[in-house]
Amino acid sequence: MAGLQIPLDHVLLLATLLFACGLAGLMSRRNIIFMLLSLEVMLNAAALAFVAAGAHWGQADGQVIFMLILAVAAAEVSVGLGLVLQVQRRLKSLDMDGADRMRG
Amino acid sequence: MATALVLIPLLPMLSAALLMIFGRRLPQQLVAIIGAGAVALSALCVLSIAQPFLATHQALQVQLWSWMQIGDFSPNFSFYVDGLTLVMMSIITGVGFLIHLYSTEFMQQDDSFSRYFAYLNLFIAAMLILVMADNLLLLYLGWEGVGLCSYLLVGFWYRDPANGAAARKAFIVTRVGDTAMALGLLLLYTELGTLEIQPLMTAANIHWVEGDGLAIVATALLLGGALGKSAQIPLHTWLPDAMAGPTPVSALIHAATMVTAGVYLIARTHELFLLAPPTLIAVALIGLLTALMAAFSALVQQDIKRILAYSTISQIGYMFLGLGVGAWGASVFHLMTHAFFKALLFLAAGAVIHCLHHEHNIFRMGGLRTRLPVVFWSFLIGAAALAALPLTSGFFSKDAILLAAWQAPGIGPLLWLGGLLGALLTAFYSFRLVFIVFFGELQTSPDKQPGWRMALPLALLCLLSLAGGWIGIPVREVFPPQEEQHAGFLVHVISIGIPLLGVWLAYAVYISKQISFQDAAASPRGRRWSQLWLAGWRFDDFYSWLLVRPYQTIARFLRNEPVDRFYDFIAAISLQFNHLLSNLQNGRLRWYATSMIMGLILMLILGMEGAT
Repeated sequence: MAGLQIPLDHVLLLATLLFACGLAGLMSRRNIIFMLLSLEVMLNAAALAFVAAGAHWGQADGQVIFMLILAVAAAEVSVGLGLVLQVQRRLKSLDMDGADRMRG
Repeated sequence: MATALVLIPLLPMLSAALLMIFGRRLPQQLVAIIGAGAVALSALCVLSIAQPFLATHQALQVQLWSWMQIGDFSPNFSFYVDGLTLVMMSIITGVGFLIHLYSTEFMQQDDSFSRYFAYLNLFIAAMLILVMADNLLLLYLGWEGVGLCSYLLVGFWYRDPANGAAARKAFIVTRVGDTAMALGLLLLYTELGTLEIQPLMTAANIHWVEGDGLAIVATALLLGGALGKSAQIPLHTWLPDAMAGPTPVSALIHAATMVTAGVYLIARTHELFLLAPPTLIAVALIGLLTALMAAFSALVQQDIKRILAYSTISQIGYMFLGLGVGAWGASVFHLMTHAFFKALLFLAAGAVIHCLHHEHNIFRMGGLRTRLPVVFWSFLIGAAALAALPLTSGFFSKDAILLAAWQAPGIGPLLWLGGLLGALLTAFYSFRLVFIVFFGELQTSPDKQPGWRMALPLALLCLLSLAGGWIGIPVREVFPPQEEQHAGFLVHVISIGIPLLGVWLAYAVYISKQISFQDAAASPRGRRWSQLWLAGWRFDDFYSWLLVRPYQTIARFLRNEPVDRFYDFIAAISLQFNHLLSNLQNGRLRWYATSMIMGLILMLILGMEGAT
């Protein structure tokens, strides 16, 4: 693996930035679809960090966890889109601030 | 004899019960017959026991049943009749009957005719129990009974809130005295072990010497009760207001009978008072002070009934003065003659009011001498007796009291002088009343004449007021013998002359206008004094400032439940917390997500802190 070796620090920095972007999106967007997208970005940031760490130490665990995250993300999206459909049907809107009937 | 004795209070009591239950359904005439008839029968019963009593002078005692039994304490429901009781019973049933008869006409137009007679009969029954009781507890029952009836009758026209206020005032002010009296009874019982009057007197003479501290306290407490019921300083303020009731009620309760209960109480327990000379001096001083104070107030009043009310207070003051100097018999004598002429005056005043469309202000009366001749002569005779003009009944009784005051050791002559001043004022204000109401120009013309049921009681009371001075009251056995009184010739002349002087003064001021008080009354000082007298020496304002207003302030304060405020505060705080926390649970997904993240970050920071 000689040649272009991206330093681990850089990858982790990228992962952190991606995570932060996702987090900011999650906290600031009101549309549920964008919130799900932001969540996806955050998941992938975490996955990237795993892969990079696995490559750095030459361990397969990183990629295993990546596969697990892919599966979790897929499951989350399927449930999430189902919820999106229900929200759209009931509230005629995707604004999550409107869905506050559980308030105390 | 025993049956007659029991019937005396029982008849009015039964009649009261009958009228209370069925009164509304009975025709007015029948109500009048039952109400007045019961008292008439009662009066006949008094006569029937008076006859044998006067022959033997043997005190009667009838025991009906044991009232209650609590350990050693077992007061009886029993009656004791001696000369003093007999005098009181005769006044109550006799004058009471005349007033009942008068009322049948006076109250004819009233919707609550039967209620009126029920209360009046109940009053007679309670008063009879008061005077006939042979123990102080039963006396207290009658005492409270007359207080209740006074309340009911002062507030008889209850639709006007002012009458209700007057009734409450009468009840509450006398209650102050009653409380003192109840304490006195408790003290007597705990110290002497009985409340039956005759054994109590014997026991007191055995256990206490003259001037004993306990005797002074006990008599002072009894005196408190007497002051309340008999409207003496400082508990007299209720009587002028009690004129809110129907006029015959004022005649019966607030002049002739109930207000003399205090005099009766002191006369009845005189052996106790003899053991407490300081209390006796207090009785005399309070009596004299009240007599003068009320006489000054009566000088400037404008309401015909208020003048008579103040004159009542003043005359009872004389009775207290008599009691205080040990002239028991003279006091009881004055009580009797006062009952005659004051009932007469009130009934005549009631007739004036009745015939003048309920006019009370004397300055809107005048010239009634020829229009209402019966009333005029009644009023004149009543006023003459009140002023103690020679040969009227009031003269004999007041003269006896003044003579006794003259001969009292120590402060006697001073009391005598004060009494003379009061007599002068009395003569002046009673004839001021006569001259203003019956002489001069006609102001309001009467629209009716009193009928026979009003005229007959007036005529009989006139007779009694004139000739009552020759009635000998059989109280010699009741009271300790007094030394024969020999006062100088001058003393007699003065006490005859003073009332005449007062009448002449009233004549000069109000008829011939030789003397005028206009200038004196118009000066600032004169105006201040007459305002003070008009307001009854501002006792009402003083009590209002001292007691009523602070009480109301406290009541207003407590009405807002200050203690609850503290617990409300705690509840409000927890409610605020509830709002705060329920705001966190606002149902917004982003808020939840954000708070989760924040929490996570916080925990990470804390974790790192811990790690390093």
